[in-house]
Amino acid sequence: MVLAAVAVGTVPGAAILASARWPYRSPAAAILLWQALGLSWGLAAVGALAGLGAVPGRYGVAGGALSGASRALRGAALGFDADTLGAVARLAVLGASAGLLTLLCWVLVAATAAVLIARHRHRALLRLLAHGDPKVPGALVVDHPAAAAYCVPGLRSQIVISAGTLDLLDQAELAAVLAHERAHLRARHDLVLLPFCALARAFPRSRLVRRAHATVALLVEMLADDRALRQRPARELATALLRVGASGAGRAPAGALAAGDDEVVARVTRLLTRPARLPVPTQALICSAAAVLVAVPVTLLLFSL
Amino acid sequence: MDVLWDSTEPLTVRQVGLRLTNRDLAHTTVMTVLDRLAKKGFARRQRDGRAWRYRAAANREAYVTELMLHALDQTGDRSAALASFARRVSDSEAQVLRGALESLGETPRD
Repeated sequence: MVLAAVAVGTVPGAAILASARWPYRSPAAAILLWQALGLSWGLAAVGALAGLGAVPGRYGVAGGALSGASRALRGAALGFDADTLGAVARLAVLGASAGLLTLLCWVLVAATAAVLIARHRHRALLRLLAHGDPKVPGALVVDHPAAAAYCVPGLRSQIVISAGTLDLLDQAELAAVLAHERAHLRARHDLVLLPFCALARAFPRSRLVRRAHATVALLVEMLADDRALRQRPARELATALLRVGASGAGRAPAGALAAGDDEVVARVTRLLTRPARLPVPTQALICSAAAVLVAVPVTLLLFSL
Repeated sequence: MDVLWDSTEPLTVRQVGLRLTNRDLAHTTVMTVLDRLAKKGFARRQRDGRAWRYRAAANREAYVTELMLHALDQTGDRSAALASFARRVSDSEAQVLRGALESLGETPRD
């Protein structure tokens, strides 16, 4: 079963990608590969289960699964004795496949809903509490001594800076922070992260899923860093990061920090050493690998070979 | 909302309007805003004769704290709702960062 092989193969693939070093050099290509891995795993896992209960036919695993289900149901209704066990087994694997598909879609919907509700509440609070400040044009300021800088993505996106950050950073560093946040908002990085958040919520015990989520989150930050560098010098962004990080405002409660440790260090190191981007042919190779990863399960699901 | 926060006692729509002297607002506008705040749970209201009296449901500090807790991502999971500039760091990492700042010839400010 090729689909089962793909589903199983993406797992060590993800583990290798999570510990690879090259993604820091081309975060965009790496994110694409992560998305392809995730999508490919989902399709292949659903397809492999469906394939077990499918009747071989012209329309690939998806068509075979449907005719397999109807044949099994018809068989059960007519009460064939000889094949009842087979029909039950077939229905069971097809049910598992449909269940997995439903679960994956559902966690995505649930995660989206949770995010939208949280943002709605946050925006309502901002409307009551935040005000503008000439030091950070276009951003909202919340009067709190802790250093925080973040954006609320969405159709009406907002950048928020705490009063603590205003005190902590100089004008150039603030501009670098704003450039970084604007990059997030413009490229809708939150949408990139959403499916990985959903998976992390659905499989909280899986170390690999947690690692994938953390890695993609870090790559997205690096992408925004790169974007900010087009407008601001690297050193400003680096010292801004160091100051906000060192102020310890977002200090994690003891023991709660599993993934995400040393993220800030990794970003600062990258800003100051500026590793060379991957050569274009290598990037093209990565993108085609991502395309193949998605194309294989889709082809097997829709067409028979 | 600032008027409600600054007041120690529940206010009627007319009183709120009087305290918003710097802005020329119609009575109905103030009423609509207060009604909306009450529906969203930011204000509580009670009958007083023929008028409603409004007061803030919680003080400003409580809301700022809620906002910052959410912003600093200490509520637990790293959700995609907001994107922080620098994610939370451990004590040891903060130490490393301070060292790095000094080696760049910058003084850490706190």
